[in-house]
Amino acid sequence: MDGILSKRTGQIFKNGVDTHVLECDKASVAGSVSQRACVFCGSRVVLYPITDALHLIHGPIGCAAYTWDIRGSLSSGSNLNRYSFSTDLREMDVIYGGEKKLYAALNELIEKYKPKATFVYSTCIAGLIGDDIDAICKKIETETGLRTIHVNSEGFKGTKKDGYKAACEALFSLMGKGAPARSAPFTINILGDFNLAGETWIIKEYYKKMGINVQTCLTGDGRIDEISSSHTAQLNVVQCSGSMTFLAKRMKEEYGIPFIRVSYFGLEDMAAALYDVAAFFENQEITARTKALIQNEMSQYYPEITKYRKELSGKKAAIYVGGSFKAFSLVKALRHLGMETALVGSQTGNKDDYEYLKSICTEGTIIVDDTNPVELAKFMKEKKVSLLIGGVKERPIAYKLGVAFCDHNHERKIPLAGFEGMLQFSREVYSSVMSPVWKFTSKREDYHE
Amino acid sequence: MSSKAPNYTSTQNACKLCSPLGASLVYKGIKGCIPLIHGSQGCSTYIRRYMISHFREPLDIASTNFHEAAAVMGGAENMKVALDNLIRQYNPEAIGIATTCLSETIGDDINLLVKKYSSSRTEQSLPTLLHCSTPSYSGTHMNGYRLAVLSILKQVCAQSQKEIKLESTGSRKKIGIFPALISPADLRFIKSLVESFSMDAVLVPDYSDTLDGPTWDEYTNMPPGGTSIDEINSLSKADACLELGNPLDNRLSASLYMEEQFGVKAYQQRLPIGIEATDRLIHTLSEISGKKTPASLNQERGRLTDAYIDAHKVCFDKRVLLFGDEELALGLTSFLTEIGAKPVLIATGAVSPLFRETVGSISDMSPDTLIEDEMDFVKMLEMARDLKPDIILGSSKGYYLSRELQIPLVRAGFPIHDRFGGQRLEHLGYHGTLALFDRFVNTLLESKQETEPVGYTYFG
Repeated sequence: MDGILSKRTGQIFKNGVDTHVLECDKASVAGSVSQRACVFCGSRVVLYPITDALHLIHGPIGCAAYTWDIRGSLSSGSNLNRYSFSTDLREMDVIYGGEKKLYAALNELIEKYKPKATFVYSTCIAGLIGDDIDAICKKIETETGLRTIHVNSEGFKGTKKDGYKAACEALFSLMGKGAPARSAPFTINILGDFNLAGETWIIKEYYKKMGINVQTCLTGDGRIDEISSSHTAQLNVVQCSGSMTFLAKRMKEEYGIPFIRVSYFGLEDMAAALYDVAAFFENQEITARTKALIQNEMSQYYPEITKYRKELSGKKAAIYVGGSFKAFSLVKALRHLGMETALVGSQTGNKDDYEYLKSICTEGTIIVDDTNPVELAKFMKEKKVSLLIGGVKERPIAYKLGVAFCDHNHERKIPLAGFEGMLQFSREVYSSVMSPVWKFTSKREDYHE
Repeated sequence: MSSKAPNYTSTQNACKLCSPLGASLVYKGIKGCIPLIHGSQGCSTYIRRYMISHFREPLDIASTNFHEAAAVMGGAENMKVALDNLIRQYNPEAIGIATTCLSETIGDDINLLVKKYSSSRTEQSLPTLLHCSTPSYSGTHMNGYRLAVLSILKQVCAQSQKEIKLESTGSRKKIGIFPALISPADLRFIKSLVESFSMDAVLVPDYSDTLDGPTWDEYTNMPPGGTSIDEINSLSKADACLELGNPLDNRLSASLYMEEQFGVKAYQQRLPIGIEATDRLIHTLSEISGKKTPASLNQERGRLTDAYIDAHKVCFDKRVLLFGDEELALGLTSFLTEIGAKPVLIATGAVSPLFRETVGSISDMSPDTLIEDEMDFVKMLEMARDLKPDIILGSSKGYYLSRELQIPLVRAGFPIHDRFGGQRLEHLGYHGTLALFDRFVNTLLESKQETEPVGYTYFG
């Protein structure tokens, strides 16, 4: 195929036409401009929203500089997580080791900022020069009595998914410490919502109205104390399953907490999430409240959302996001707006995810795993899409093609989850697709139907 | 002068970036060149993401994508695969390789890797393989930037000794220009300025089109623009090489290298921000070209002077916290001193005793001004609590200070992540200084309007 590397052909699938197994869960091809980042990135995005922790990055300055205040996660209290702390390793540290510097940095930062706990992220270099980060963390814990957790996130030791796992291990290690054995009835944890633009608050409000207690959200608007007691909940409700399923499984093994997978994006999936949680508790009052809540929200937002359908109907869209669960919801949400998904993919989807994606996409839809700008541009052109949903790195591709764009990445500033989030999403899509500016792009006619 | 800055082991909200970013930016200014970062996938993705928010253009940077095996066995195989794939997918004229802390620490010799690759691919015509060593633990993004420029000249011009190309350009003189990290708009200005002296400029790098392009008729994997390898090659025969915002450390100087190696006369100048610094540049261009200053420039100079006078009271004695890359901070310092503002703290993130020395030697500098290197934003904030500045001048990262101190920020330099048009911000020459001056003055007025209860509708 033109513009497609031979090593990548297995990761591209034309729905209803191709017969090969869609390859995934692979390291990115060298030289391909993958949109993925590294192990460190995976850990950093998951733990970032924990507001009252100190996040210290042990390595040269880049890793910390590029992740300063990078997520759209909001806090109802401390903003310590928005700082970028680094041991800023230099040549001499690389030669003689960075342990002393790490120890001194931890002492000074804990003294200055008085965090509830500390995460020490290892980077490529910290791993290579052989610093015993575990020993330093232990020493600090003994001396300060403060939880100091080493996140094993050396950039090259796997993919972003391995970074998620390292973050889950770090979270798990906080749990079960000195908290009450049982919580109130009807108590859940939210896993995998990061309070982007306040989304966790929207979802928590729904649960409150249903009569469900939320013990902890991992990790949106996160607090160390809450996380430490999260093993007391009766159910884990997992969104962003790519990053958090590992933790849910660990908690099931250790604490016997069952989990369900949900998505808060789009009307259907949002409603299904609440119904599923209600169904778990088998309580009539909760079920009744849930029905009332959903009916109320639907009647409030559905007519407004439908207004956008008329003009968007029949247009085609492309989706490229980090996690595949989000892709599922977006395919469905776009359908609500009358739009068909002609190209869809994710950075980290697994075999089952892609099977499911195939089942909800129409014939001819191109499904891609760990794609790159060359492929994205090629397929967007071929499919004559009017919209791309992705992150900041994908945005210029859309704009140079004269195609509308909706940011659905972890940096977004507009809440897109929940019923009201679907209205915001519709507006986001509409305001880009229907903008008059596209008429000035010369090839607009060729790209669109 | 001893440092008055607080002393911390850790870096808190860094005022610097890592060296592969600087090198990648330089490679984006070479025609048909795609950058390739030899390290983990994260390095290239983070750097792309960081730069896209400023330039708002497609910014493909490839990675050799190290995994554990490569970290143990060396990255030669990854490099080979990456180069093969890049050539196949992008068909580039050049590939610009930057190393990382990872590849440097395991001891990959980039020179050797590139040589080995070239000799294994003799049957095909390869793109020019540019490379430089940019471990993140050494220096800042500006070191990476300088090292990339220098290594490009070394690799490209050195070859021209064997096969000298004499280009007929009539009576027009040709000058090489090596700018510090400046905006695409400023790059365009420099080109037109040199043109106004009827000379041909070859900029290394020139990302004015690749990173600030118009809409495209056709999507292309290689954005148009940039200086070609052939043009760079011709610089060994140039009439002069001019470094704008030259590195304080002469070992990183591209113009001195060209003078030493090829006898091309070297000129080094501060970034032309303000009247005096621009005068010096105009004088230099006039000297090289042997031509008089075009009348239009005198008009621009007059207009800038007129604007200075109109608004001089707004700026006088205003306490400014200035931060940025060494060269930009130096250029902005002379601008501030000539408008009567008072820098109370001039800070850079780099480790640079030379910065303190050089800024300190600027004439008209108040003896009270604190000049600090190796700074981060937490240190700046702590110092600012005592220094009580009225206004901040620097990149959008200064918003952190602005919010904490409740004083306005005038955005300049790189990065501008919280506003549109960072790539089009003007700072240089009479014209660019005027734009900067207007932003500075109007920000002060806006702040007065907002913070005082009167609701002024006239300011003079």
